[in-house]
Amino acid sequence: MSDFLAQHPVLATSIIKVVVLMALMLTSFAYLTWFERKVVAHIQSRWGPYRVGPHGLLQPLADGLKLLFKEDPTPGGVDKLIYFLAPFLALALALSAIAVIPFGPGQFEIFGRATGLQIADLNIGLLFLFAITSLGVYGVALGGWASNSKYPLLGGLRSSAQMISYELSMTMSVVGVVLISGTFNLREIIAQQQGYWLGFIPRWNLVSPPMPQLLGFLVYFISAIAETNRVPFDLPEAETELVAGFHTEYASFKFSMFFMAEYFNMITVSCLATLLFFGGWLSPFPSSSVMAWTLYIPTAVLAACALMLFLDGLRYTTKSGRIVLPVLAIVVAGLAVICALPGAVEFVQGPFWFLLKVFLFLFFYVWLRGTLPRFRYDQLMSFGWKLLLPVSIANVILTSGMVLVTRR
Amino acid sequence: MSAQLIVFFVLAAVAVLGAVSLIVARHPIRSALSLIAVMVALAGLYLLQGAELVAVIQIIVYAGAIMVLFVFVIMLLNAGEEERTNLSRMARYVGLPLGFFLMLQLAWWVGRGTSGMAPAGGISPALTKNLSTLLFRNFALPFELTSILILVAILGAVVLAKRER
Repeated sequence: MSDFLAQHPVLATSIIKVVVLMALMLTSFAYLTWFERKVVAHIQSRWGPYRVGPHGLLQPLADGLKLLFKEDPTPGGVDKLIYFLAPFLALALALSAIAVIPFGPGQFEIFGRATGLQIADLNIGLLFLFAITSLGVYGVALGGWASNSKYPLLGGLRSSAQMISYELSMTMSVVGVVLISGTFNLREIIAQQQGYWLGFIPRWNLVSPPMPQLLGFLVYFISAIAETNRVPFDLPEAETELVAGFHTEYASFKFSMFFMAEYFNMITVSCLATLLFFGGWLSPFPSSSVMAWTLYIPTAVLAACALMLFLDGLRYTTKSGRIVLPVLAIVVAGLAVICALPGAVEFVQGPFWFLLKVFLFLFFYVWLRGTLPRFRYDQLMSFGWKLLLPVSIANVILTSGMVLVTRR
Repeated sequence: MSAQLIVFFVLAAVAVLGAVSLIVARHPIRSALSLIAVMVALAGLYLLQGAELVAVIQIIVYAGAIMVLFVFVIMLLNAGEEERTNLSRMARYVGLPLGFFLMLQLAWWVGRGTSGMAPAGGISPALTKNLSTLLFRNFALPFELTSILILVAILGAVVLAKRER
């Protein structure tokens, strides 16, 4: 076994990275559901999960156990193979998209082999992502069809129509970025956005000449919300009309696979928005000697979190909370100290800024869910085809014109 | 056996099995799914040859767009299982021999190998940049003509769809 791994170093390092990333992703999925419930609750003047663990921190665990042990009935007359295949397809595709996302510029060593913070550095990373998202429709459509029930079928039909429509504008909106950077490699796209205008405005694709991709970003993000079937575009699972849409007949773990797929898609889409338009892992502050203090922002943020946790933990209502929260605060404080160590400071920058930007996008998702009502179906279609698509095409034409003029 | 060879045989097996099940399956959705499996396996084979762009476009266009529409239409019409029919006389006496002949011919060509052939224009089309150079410089005219052909097809589809109202 060790011989085999020594002969295939790429395989060995990839397996380790995949396992670690999977664990991180599953954890972040679990706490993303907690985060969403908390934020939506506070938007609606409620407390949200509060009973299981301090501040409901163990709620995701309880939910996961509940879903695992629930009865899993299979409706009569379903196409068994496709009924079982659909959730697997949805989850597998959602997870594999994350493989090409670079989380930072740094390199670290496994078995003496330097490797980056990314599972696969593809020349066609961006296209690969779009290939995977374009396949994502199948999980939803087939799940809806195979359930042999009218609401899932309608939900599946709606979602495939919606995803086909919005995929067009989503892909077109990204063409501007590709034109500017001239590559599909995600690492190179980020590297191209390095530097600052006038010494302080970062040259992210969102604002950078020859053509600021503001339009491209807006179209991309709106279409991305529609692609991931989230509010206000969650017609495939509009509970007032379709019970729960395509996953009405799914229960237990198969349901949670659809659920996970939705959240992983959200994460992927936010990562892509970050690295295409917001400079990925690049810090918004220039790295001159005057701004050297910005290197310690990760430490400061973590330390502030630790302090808040500690103070809140001391006067928490339950006894277990008064123990757990300060302990958690100490762990976070430890992380803050690690981030300030001389060797780690540089390494932490990339992942910190990347994850912070992704987190802001995820917060935006939740915020939208807490505030916006659902579109009507015809509004959804005319919005996608008559507004977003023309705007994204105009963006492509404008950008290619500007690139042509400036690249003489 | 090298890793490449293993991957090749796995993908080839998926492609062949998918193609067989496409014909044998009785439900249209299963046929469509088999076709998707074939497309994805073919994309994998392209990737094995180093043709990244072709592989990904194969997935985006065929599996991600065309087959989604197929599945969508099958779902929309709620097509049931097909009935099996015996071979028609035409298929039995003309179709089968012709198919057999085609297979022989393909086997012969593949058996001769392609090692002596140079890639078109003397540039390897594996890299995206080279491929676009080939498409937009050396073969610009055929490329543009194809786009006109597709435009005509789209217009035709619109006209046909309008007539029904």
